[in-house]
Amino acid sequence: MDELLRDFLTETHESLDTVDSELVRFEQEPNNSEILANIFRLVHTIKGTCGFLSLPRLAALTHAAESLIGRFRDGLPVSQSAVSLILTTLDRIKDILDALEQRQGEPAGSDEDLIAQLDAMAQELAAPGATHSSGKLVYQVLERPLKPGEATLDELERAFRETPGPAPAQPGLESGKPAERADAKVVSQSIRVNVETLEHLMTMVSELVLTRNQLMELARRQTETAFKLPLQRLSHVTAELQEGVMKTRMQPIGNAWQKLPRLVRDLSAELGKQIELEMQGAETELDRQVLDMIKDPLTHMVRNSADHGIEFPAERRAAGKPERGTIRLSARHEGGHIVIEVADDGRGLNSRKIRAKALTSGLASESELDKMTDAQLQRFIFVRGMSTADAVTNISGRGVGMDVVQSNIDQIGGTIDVKSVPEQGTVFTIKIPLTLAIVSALIVEAAGERFAMPQVAVMELVRVRGDGEHRVERIKDTPVLRLRNKLLPLIFLRKFLRLGDPAEQEGENGFVVVSQVGAECFGIVVDRVFHTEEIVVKPLASKLRHIHAFSGNTILGDGAVIMILDPNGIAAAFGSVRAGGIAHETAAGEENRTADRNTTALLVFRAGSNAPRAVPLSLVTRLEEIDVRSIEVTGGRHVMQYRGHLMPLICPGDCVRIKESGSQPLLVFSDGERSMALVVDQIVDIVEEAFDIEVSDGRAGILGSAIVKGEATDIVDVGHYLPIAFADWLGSSTPQRVRPRLLLVDDSAFFRNVLAPVLRAAGYAVTTASSGHEAFGLIRSGRVFDLIVSDLQMPGMDGLALARALRSDRKTAQTPLIALSSMTTPEMIQRVRDAGFHDFVAKFDRQGLIAAIKEQADAVASRAA
Amino acid sequence: MPSPAGPPDAMQNTQQTASAEYVTVTVGTQLFGLPIARVQDVFVLSQITRVPLAPDDIAGVINLRGRIVTAIDLRRRLGLASDSGRTQMAVGIESDGESYGLAIDAVGEVLTLDVETAEPVPVNLDDRLRRVASGVHRLEHGLLVVLDVDKLLDLKPSELAA
Repeated sequence: MDELLRDFLTETHESLDTVDSELVRFEQEPNNSEILANIFRLVHTIKGTCGFLSLPRLAALTHAAESLIGRFRDGLPVSQSAVSLILTTLDRIKDILDALEQRQGEPAGSDEDLIAQLDAMAQELAAPGATHSSGKLVYQVLERPLKPGEATLDELERAFRETPGPAPAQPGLESGKPAERADAKVVSQSIRVNVETLEHLMTMVSELVLTRNQLMELARRQTETAFKLPLQRLSHVTAELQEGVMKTRMQPIGNAWQKLPRLVRDLSAELGKQIELEMQGAETELDRQVLDMIKDPLTHMVRNSADHGIEFPAERRAAGKPERGTIRLSARHEGGHIVIEVADDGRGLNSRKIRAKALTSGLASESELDKMTDAQLQRFIFVRGMSTADAVTNISGRGVGMDVVQSNIDQIGGTIDVKSVPEQGTVFTIKIPLTLAIVSALIVEAAGERFAMPQVAVMELVRVRGDGEHRVERIKDTPVLRLRNKLLPLIFLRKFLRLGDPAEQEGENGFVVVSQVGAECFGIVVDRVFHTEEIVVKPLASKLRHIHAFSGNTILGDGAVIMILDPNGIAAAFGSVRAGGIAHETAAGEENRTADRNTTALLVFRAGSNAPRAVPLSLVTRLEEIDVRSIEVTGGRHVMQYRGHLMPLICPGDCVRIKESGSQPLLVFSDGERSMALVVDQIVDIVEEAFDIEVSDGRAGILGSAIVKGEATDIVDVGHYLPIAFADWLGSSTPQRVRPRLLLVDDSAFFRNVLAPVLRAAGYAVTTASSGHEAFGLIRSGRVFDLIVSDLQMPGMDGLALARALRSDRKTAQTPLIALSSMTTPEMIQRVRDAGFHDFVAKFDRQGLIAAIKEQADAVASRAA
Repeated sequence: MPSPAGPPDAMQNTQQTASAEYVTVTVGTQLFGLPIARVQDVFVLSQITRVPLAPDDIAGVINLRGRIVTAIDLRRRLGLASDSGRTQMAVGIESDGESYGLAIDAVGEVLTLDVETAEPVPVNLDDRLRRVASGVHRLEHGLLVVLDVDKLLDLKPSELAA
């Protein structure tokens, strides 16, 4: 093809794409004269070039479009129909360009229709300043035959008419010129290079890197050789060359997104919906090859969102959503990958429909489908033919969509996943390796096998030894490393990859590779660490791509193939909720306790000695002073008639004696119809204190001690006495084995110790967990609970995160969840419900808690019935 | 003479011409045949890198002249007991733009087999084998099981780790 023509086509296509998106922007900001000037200038340039290359159809079209755009400058109101018309014209121009490319010449055809419309619109509401030339047309006739080279009068007339006259106002052109001159300067600083040339360059550099690696490997084996110095120099130069070449291939992802604003605009109009497109991270750079391959998948997904995801305005209004639906595109770098998300706030995926379609298509049996979680069902959309759209629309729904998207993404070594919440929306997450090229990697070994860890993910390396400065410590069974002020969760690589002897999975010696994913740090324990090597990343074979632990594989300098670890995949092993898991605790202690625990109302009393004791006021039902004469003794126990029942009196400690005469102060604890009383000598005070309790394990009946009003005060363990009172008196009416299993999650030992006995006395088999993480671990390991009660404010995995995790797992999705907290704002309550809790009880409301539990238990029972 | 409208399995074999060429390989004690059009090359399997967490059928990955090729343990795939420690051979095949090596015990000759000796797959054949076999040929000494390359490479989703 003609060199000139080819350049023209490339440039014009690019310009047209820019005009497309600029027009859409302009439509949203009609007062932005800068955008308008930009558009005008681009179209003007195209027109000029068309004329220069003798492409009359194109020239005429662009001229008519330019005229209309010029009218906008004169003050013509920017209407949707006007913009649509121009966009249609641009499409026609693109069609002609395509035909031009194939045939080397403009196709035959007329654009009279469009030109007429453009002209008509331009004439409408023409600015008052425009002048019409008027005058009489005199019919003239030449009275002789034409000589060669002469044109008829009509032709001349026509030529005269069609030639654009001077535009009424020229400010645009004036400003256009300086801009163009400035442009020219910029343009000369960049040049066009054939993509093939760059490819070739890239391949050569890769080969160079591999050869250099081999040389380095050989040189390493020799202690002293003249090769070392030049080899180092070579290595350095190669690294720089590699970096430079890679830069040439990187382009911002915004380039792939360029056409999307216009697409969304057109789709909105076509479908009669209101859709807004948000783009974040357009400057994120990625390899050009990769960029080309994701353009189509992204377009398809945006179409799908618009067509199937976003609902019609009426539907959205009815659902309480804003009428305008949003499709959000975002891109960011993360650990050697680029992560792209396509999210919409539409109606989400219909799991039931997918399930039904999977069944009818014979993709899975009924029993197999029953075992699947929603997330697994949603992944069926990536199978060929799985469109669940009721009507095959023009845009999508032909059922050939998502499977092609997935295979496109597969081909570049990427992965795609989907998360959808019914009524709320859908998010597609695409992860693509940053380059099909070279990265720096640390070679490590676990159980005799070598792996590569991308250097970019390695924060630090720490040597651990059983007796050394840094060692693996354990909290219960969870391995952690104390690193400066932080506790780092650890994962043993050999255990994670199931290598080697199961008995030796978690040794004491080795190296910890400290890595960071998102905001969290964690450590990977390996046996040995070798050197850092530049490796050529090769994408995983399709049959291995599902293994999240690896992001690719490579050939080392010695010819061995090794897997490249993916820190994201490893971090995901810490639980389905990516949480810190272990609190980041400073040596000073737990200072960041939340507000609700900072002050508590305490009832201070004396019983048996002068040393003050205290009990949380909210646990106490009533303070009583009774006449000792109403106390009776039955079967060795002190009791009294209290509100129609017999209430046992318990002495908290051996030294406590019931008074001989007079009035006896009592702390009454009631639970429904049962009450018990603690005998005390004297009620001292009620104080509101911030207290830090030191939990002691030792004396029965004492939870621990704290400083209350400047004095060391024993905190009484009420829970200790309740079963004494009731077990002895009323007996446990519920036999042990049919007790409902309750899981109590709270990070404060104090509150666990207070609540657990209360709940046990109420007839539940209580298991406690000290963190959301531990609770989740218990459930994951197979323990089943009928009810879960959880604190909200906990470090690591808090109550909300725990609820969400439990809800997303089929096994626990239906388990009643009750939240405990002191913050009872409406927003909080909403958040709590959103996360999946069934009920919400204030922390010290013991009776409320028991009532809530009972209500949930009954609900479950009646559902099962 | 088997009738043209013969056994359904034979009909599904897309290579059904009067005679076809097969590369013969031995796995365990059984002789198998692979359509020659699908076989790229044959090579010695040295130094397989195991892939942790991969499905059992995948022996690992290997470096074949600078390319990373997925090695599939044909013994496991066919449900035979694994026999590690032996230097293995592999048959290189390509599918969907990717290269694979089928790890086998030994390679035999290339045979040209007529449709006359073809039989459908016996119904009492082991499940795993039946899924990937496309026919059986009667040879002078023994039987040859023809393998369907695409089915061999089609590891079902349920076999992939979550």
